[in-house]
Amino acid sequence: MSGPLTAVDRYRRRKADMFEVLAQRQLSDAVFEMTVSAPAVAAKARAGQFFILRVDADGERVPFTFSDWSADEGWIRFIYMRVGLTTHKLTHLGAGDFLADVAGPLGVPTHVGGLGRVAVVGGGVGAAVAYAVARAMCAAGDEVTVILGARNSELLILKDEFRALPLKELIVMTDDGSAGRHGLVTAPLKELCEAATIDAAMAIGPAIMMKFCAATTRDHGIPTVVSLNPIMVDGTGMCGACRVSVGGEMKFGCVDGPDFDGHRVDFEELMSRQRVYVDDERLADAEFSKGCTCRR
Amino acid sequence: MPPLGDSAGLPAPGPRQPEKPRHRPVKGPRTPMRENDPLERVAGFTEVGLGYSAKEAHAEAMRCLQCAKPLCIDGCPVHIDIKSFIGKIIEGEECAGVEVLKSRNALPSACGRVCPQEEQCEAACVLKRTGEPIAIGRLERYLGDFDLAREPGDRCRPPLQVPSGKRAAVVGSGPAGLACAGELAMRGHDVTVFESLHVAGGVLVYGIPEFRLPKALVQAEIDMLSEIGVRIVTDAVIGATYTVEDLLGSEGFDAVFIGSGAGLPIFSGIPGENLNGVYSSNEFLTRVNLMRAYDFPRADTPMWRGRAVAVVGGGNVAMDAARTALRLGAEKVTLVYRRTEEEMPARHEEVHHARQEGVEFLMLCSPQEVLGRDGFVTGMRVTRMQLGEPDESGRRAPSCIVGSEFELECDTVIMALGTRANPLLVKAAPDLGLNKRGYVVTDESGATNLPGVYAGGDIVTGSATVIRAMGAGKDAARAMDEWLRR
Ligand SMILES: Cc1cc2nc3c(=O)[nH]c(=O)nc-3n(C[C@H](O)[C@H](O)[C@H](O)COP(=O)(O)OP(=O)(O)OC[C@H]3O[C@@H](n4cnc5c(N)ncnc54)[C@H](O)[C@@H]3O)c2cc1C
Ligand SMILES: Cc1cc2nc3c(=O)[nH]c(=O)nc-3n(C[C@H](O)[C@H](O)[C@H](O)COP(=O)(O)OP(=O)(O)OC[C@H]3O[C@@H](n4cnc5c(N)ncnc54)[C@H](O)[C@@H]3O)c2cc1C
Ligand code: SF4
Ligand code: SF4
Ligand code: FES
Repeated sequence: MSGPLTAVDRYRRRKADMFEVLAQRQLSDAVFEMTVSAPAVAAKARAGQFFILRVDADGERVPFTFSDWSADEGWIRFIYMRVGLTTHKLTHLGAGDFLADVAGPLGVPTHVGGLGRVAVVGGGVGAAVAYAVARAMCAAGDEVTVILGARNSELLILKDEFRALPLKELIVMTDDGSAGRHGLVTAPLKELCEAATIDAAMAIGPAIMMKFCAATTRDHGIPTVVSLNPIMVDGTGMCGACRVSVGGEMKFGCVDGPDFDGHRVDFEELMSRQRVYVDDERLADAEFSKGCTCRR
Repeated sequence: MPPLGDSAGLPAPGPRQPEKPRHRPVKGPRTPMRENDPLERVAGFTEVGLGYSAKEAHAEAMRCLQCAKPLCIDGCPVHIDIKSFIGKIIEGEECAGVEVLKSRNALPSACGRVCPQEEQCEAACVLKRTGEPIAIGRLERYLGDFDLAREPGDRCRPPLQVPSGKRAAVVGSGPAGLACAGELAMRGHDVTVFESLHVAGGVLVYGIPEFRLPKALVQAEIDMLSEIGVRIVTDAVIGATYTVEDLLGSEGFDAVFIGSGAGLPIFSGIPGENLNGVYSSNEFLTRVNLMRAYDFPRADTPMWRGRAVAVVGGGNVAMDAARTALRLGAEKVTLVYRRTEEEMPARHEEVHHARQEGVEFLMLCSPQEVLGRDGFVTGMRVTRMQLGEPDESGRRAPSCIVGSEFELECDTVIMALGTRANPLLVKAAPDLGLNKRGYVVTDESGATNLPGVYAGGDIVTGSATVIRAMGAGKDAARAMDEWLRR
């Protein structure tokens, strides 16, 4: 830490103001699950919402979706993939460590209940959000089919948790066929559409996956909600970093979303905007990794 | 000297007062304030103006006429007794001067630096006619800094009233919230400030850059609030973490002040605005000031560093964005404004500094489209404008000159077009009375339509000034005090 502005961080971050990590669990090679004490946030969390964390006093403000929470016990849980500096730093923390900041819950909760027969598609770490959403839908009386996708069996997460939900069906897909069916999540989604056994769909995962899911359901006129993950800074509607085009209109992902009508989202723009800092991000992680002993 | 009383029936003399020497104003030009060299200062974020020394402050104060009818006071939105605090500087009674200031202004170090004095106090000073009004802002800054330079225990602090046993919540830690919190605490109430970001200070920390308002000063002012018992809870988004109803209900507060500021940045709606490299001024300044992106990769937040930057707008925010871009290493920064320099709402000093530092001014021009390749900005299509007759507001409306379009090459565009009301607030209190632009409606005292809920600052007025926001916070605190003691 240096530079003239460090004073802004000075007065705070006594331990009492920080957020204690209660548990960290590795789910696959690059995917981790963290549980953090944040009673005020947990008390209000709803499925589909997210929060913003900062790892430490130099940290970036980074959004993650709740995969689980307990209002009674005062914790929140999220699943993240190690992709860059912040998520790399997170992997180094364990029970008893502290996060500098946790703020939320942010965004509009996913609409659940009264949807009828729903297909929830979760790809990659999107499975974490899909889990929270599917659980809330089941509880609200919707009939839920989950399509869970991953590149290979190694990367498949939360299979057992999904099994424990009262789903109509759990369909597992891997790109290489190492678990479940061989192929992309759009294949079973297409079958469900063609068989006319779903009334609505929700897709959560990489932008490219959501784009193809939306394209699949569009032809069948199945309303499809997607949970977008644009780059964010404040997460409270102040900066406009998270803007996305939906039906030609500018929307702010953090306050208007993160859920939007998948048939109206400009996915090309979203994917382009997600790439703006790739070079910088690589540089930052490389700098950090120099002094790092983990095997990354 | 009055004649001494004698025994011939005149009243016996009282104890003699020490004579105050009569103030003899010194004629002359304003005392200049030393500044860092423009070429050196754009290499970093050090403050531009260096402030007055005690000698310079005294010299400037000596120019004041100490008018029988001090017009300057009417020019200040919070009616600071300017004549009196300048009088204290003349007498060398700095501490007393600070007290005068602090009775109306909780953040003199900040206001002395960022108030648009040329439109307010200094515009009203009688010496304005000579073209050289008293440098009221610089004197205010001098006293504010004088106070902050003392040991915390020695600083001017109004006496605290006995604890009232009442609890007040303040939403937002910008100037409105901080002023309200300070005033409430002094009046004996137990105050908690809730701030959604990870640091307190509002626009003073995330918007106005270090080179204009050092963050350490803002922090010192906030520390002072903590010392008088104000609790500050960061990471608390009101409307999400707690609603206003929670605050008045389960959280046990007796009154709430909403000072959440304006928020949602306005974009212009032209094509290409979502290309990579187009920023709102809020995002650009937040990344640099709050997240310290200038220190990347030591600080984790990255910033797209443009070589040729176009800033659209003509207010303080536009100047701050342009000058910040220079400091991040931009080779060329162009300010694009659709009227002329005369109509620019920015403080004159900022315009002057921006020019000095090398910002290029493209006046009477309006962007039509942001151009890009592979998702990144490559330029902006701009059309020239002309000014028509003054409209009802007295401002001359700009209109496009047909066929005057040209392309401005740039890799970054910063939109500094102002803000709208933040929608999170509606969620904070669904029954709160808002006007059609989404701002909170209050009466003169700051009371909203909800009992016990008050509001002030940019969330009531739309984007305004630090001093107005502070004044509103203080006024509301007085009304809240009455409500709490009813
Ligand atoms: C509403 C929302 C919910 C999300 N939920 C999850 C989740 O549950 N699990 C999970 O693993 N990831 C989630 N993400 C994505 C997560 O925020 C990014 O993976 C994370 O920011 C990466 O940070 P990094 O420093 O490790 O990587 P970086 O190297 O900084 O970034 C890698 C990529 O992550 C994205 N990214 C970077 N910074 C941000 C930012 N501030 N905001 C959004 N995206 C960013 C960019 O596309 C970038 O190219 C969510 C994003 C959003 C907007
Ligand atoms: C770049 C820039 C330069 C400026 N320059 C000048 C200048 O030179 N002179 C001048 O007089 N004025 C200037 N202004 C304007 C001035 O800063 C504002 O008018 C003033 O800060 C408004 O104060 P406020 O307290 O109402 O709001 P803000 O300062 O905006 O503070 C509001 C605070 O509330 C927080 N908040 C918002 N929503 C919530 C919520 N739901 N829950 C909890 N907290 C919340 C925000 O994070 C923020 O910290 C400038 C503004 C900007 C952006
Ligand atoms: S607060 Fe602002 S307007 Fe009032 S006297 Fe001070 S500088 Fe002038
Ligand atoms: S109007 Fe000007 S000269 Fe008169 S008291 Fe005020 S500052 Fe001094
Ligand atoms: S993240 Fe800043 S407005 Fe959405």
